Amino acid sequence: MQNLTESTGQSATAAGSTFKQRAHIKLHDVKVQRAMKNFNLAGARARAMVELDNLEDIRTDAAGIRDRALADLDVWLERFETEARRRGTHVHWAETHADINRIVLEIAAKASVRKVIKSKSMVSEESHLNAALEANGLKVVETDLGEYIIQLRGETPSHIIAPAIHLNRDDVADLFAEHHKTPRNNDPAVLTMEARKFLREHFLSGDMGISGGNFLIAETGSVYLVTNEGNGRLTTTMPRVHVAITGIEKVVPTLEDVSSVLRVLTRSATGQSISNYVTILTGPKRAGDTDGPDEMHVIIVDAGRSKLLGTDMQEALRCIRCGACMNHCPVYQNIGGHAYGWVYPGPIGSVLTPNYIGLENAIDLPHAATLCNQCGVVCPVKIPLPDLMRKLREKQVDRGLRPWQERFGLRMWAWFAARPGLYGLAAKIAARVGRMAGGSSGLIHKLPGNGWTEERDFPAPSGKTFRELYAARKAGR
Amino acid sequence: MLLPATAVPTPRAQRINFLLSMSMSRPPLRVGLFVTCLVDLMRPGIGFAAIRLLEAAGCEVVVPATQTCCGQPAYNSGDRKAAQELALKVVREFAGFEHVVAPSGSCAGMIRAHFAELLADFPVELAQAEKLIASTRELTDFLVNVAGLTSVPGRLEGAVTYHDCCSGLREMGVKTQPRALLAQVPGLELREMTTPEYCCGFGGMFSVKYGEISARIADRKCDDIAATGANAVVLGDLGCMLNIEGRLRRRGDTTTRVLHVAEVLAGTEGT
Repeated sequence: MQNLTESTGQSATAAGSTFKQRAHIKLHDVKVQRAMKNFNLAGARARAMVELDNLEDIRTDAAGIRDRALADLDVWLERFETEARRRGTHVHWAETHADINRIVLEIAAKASVRKVIKSKSMVSEESHLNAALEANGLKVVETDLGEYIIQLRGETPSHIIAPAIHLNRDDVADLFAEHHKTPRNNDPAVLTMEARKFLREHFLSGDMGISGGNFLIAETGSVYLVTNEGNGRLTTTMPRVHVAITGIEKVVPTLEDVSSVLRVLTRSATGQSISNYVTILTGPKRAGDTDGPDEMHVIIVDAGRSKLLGTDMQEALRCIRCGACMNHCPVYQNIGGHAYGWVYPGPIGSVLTPNYIGLENAIDLPHAATLCNQCGVVCPVKIPLPDLMRKLREKQVDRGLRPWQERFGLRMWAWFAARPGLYGLAAKIAARVGRMAGGSSGLIHKLPGNGWTEERDFPAPSGKTFRELYAARKAGR
Repeated sequence: MLLPATAVPTPRAQRINFLLSMSMSRPPLRVGLFVTCLVDLMRPGIGFAAIRLLEAAGCEVVVPATQTCCGQPAYNSGDRKAAQELALKVVREFAGFEHVVAPSGSCAGMIRAHFAELLADFPVELAQAEKLIASTRELTDFLVNVAGLTSVPGRLEGAVTYHDCCSGLREMGVKTQPRALLAQVPGLELREMTTPEYCCGFGGMFSVKYGEISARIADRKCDDIAATGANAVVLGDLGCMLNIEGRLRRRGDTTTRVLHVAEVLAGTEGT
């Protein structure tokens, strides 16, 4: 992923390094390793799913609901636009990441905005919106606790719903003591109250609130938000202007559709049967309303998504951003989110990133998985993540993006495997050479140019191939 | 049926039918053994253990001599063309069998879960492969659910733990079958890990390309194995076997044995 900076137009945390290098750093980062060992949203999900006696049926239903919305996406998007406008919401279309930033800046300029408060939005991470706003003289404050923490640290989220999961209470205690100039305390409850106190002031003084959107409801033109901290409601109702930013794939025909999907969304994400807040935002403040923004805007983002429609990658657009795939991924659980190098980590990131920023800019990601399919098994909308990664690997081969050594090696191996006589001879030689290399321990400690033996021995072959022994046995009969 | 299908058999006739069916020897199931390339090269004993078990279950075992590999390494590396060539070869070699068995959930899973998609461009061969795809089974699954094997030749004194290999578990539904058979081994005590279904970190070429991450995932497995206090970890796939053994030894554990379930059940481990 050397070219991250080119494709996003801004510096990413990980620019200039490879996935392997970043993973290496994270594997040797004591703090990250400690945090990842304590990370167990998978356990929370497992406990919550016990409540459902027909989980598989609900998953099938949820996948079907997402598929039906995607099948006629244009229809539902237009319907959403019509219904939202009818209720006084401004609808904007952002074809690229640059368009997102431009549109937000235009809205801000028109409304004389000086301070922006943000609820969680991963799409705004895609376009580096905060940096773009700050470059134009605006003050930006993240109000989700995790996002607030990483904003103070100058980091990007390492998880889509738990952005500061790579940190622990001591990291936050140090951070708050430094930034808030308060006595250091590492009690999470105290730290949370402290953040609350500092954030309250921003909620009261923000001119614009920016949120994401878990779903867009076509029939009512509403933005549907699933949150836990209450900052989402403050962000979307306190400031004069509310801007919701979300992808085109998030539109669904009806509220009824979401209610089914919500059952598996929150359980898959945090193990909750429902989140603390579910907010349905429909239009700005009306005459007689006591609260709500004067202006409501929705920015509907393409930025690579429509390219997936009608292709073998479309299933990835079902994603409802619960994070279960990363929570259950043995690779993510060891290296954390930052190693993946772009906005979305884990299995879904390994599928979305190459599609959104270019296959050639994310060479490693489709391969950064054991294909154990634990992600596919837990995905609430049944995205076949290992199959999609495998298809991306095929696309890399088709486009000649894999290293020639790998291609040559595979070709050689396949050539032999198609010729049983030669293959048998080669295997016979390899079995003997390997046996000798293993010596008395039966272990090979170093295979040149092979990552296997970096931190692992290679058990040596036993010396003769099955086909030899079997032929001898048959002859002896 | 000894009686016309329309007639309701009397209890006496039912008893006679039952006794006759017991006395008539069942024709042996004819099984094509897919040895797998890793067993061939690395641990041929597992192939012979599989033959022994299948024969103990009353099967006639045929080992097509020209077989090499199912094509999975190419398939998972994105080389669809090479994978197709090898898949077509497997179809030519195994399409004639009523049953195909592999001592590997991963290779059996390749045939059963992926051949249909992989060979979609070859309608004629795909039609020939239909039975093969439906009838390919992992060894312990076949022994329990098709051959009905209830007693095994193996004997092992001591505690073992069982690692569920990802493909066997999630593609082939192999979970209770090996445990049911291990329960028949005299002297063997099964101690479950906290997370036996957790991936060992092998992932085929993943273990070579990202050796460091792979070894770190294997560490969790090694810790889990150690915590059971078992003398051996038993499993059903060569990839996981080499990975777990390689990591255990590098960590300095020279005593925990890593055994294929076929060797344990056949009583040939260590031979």
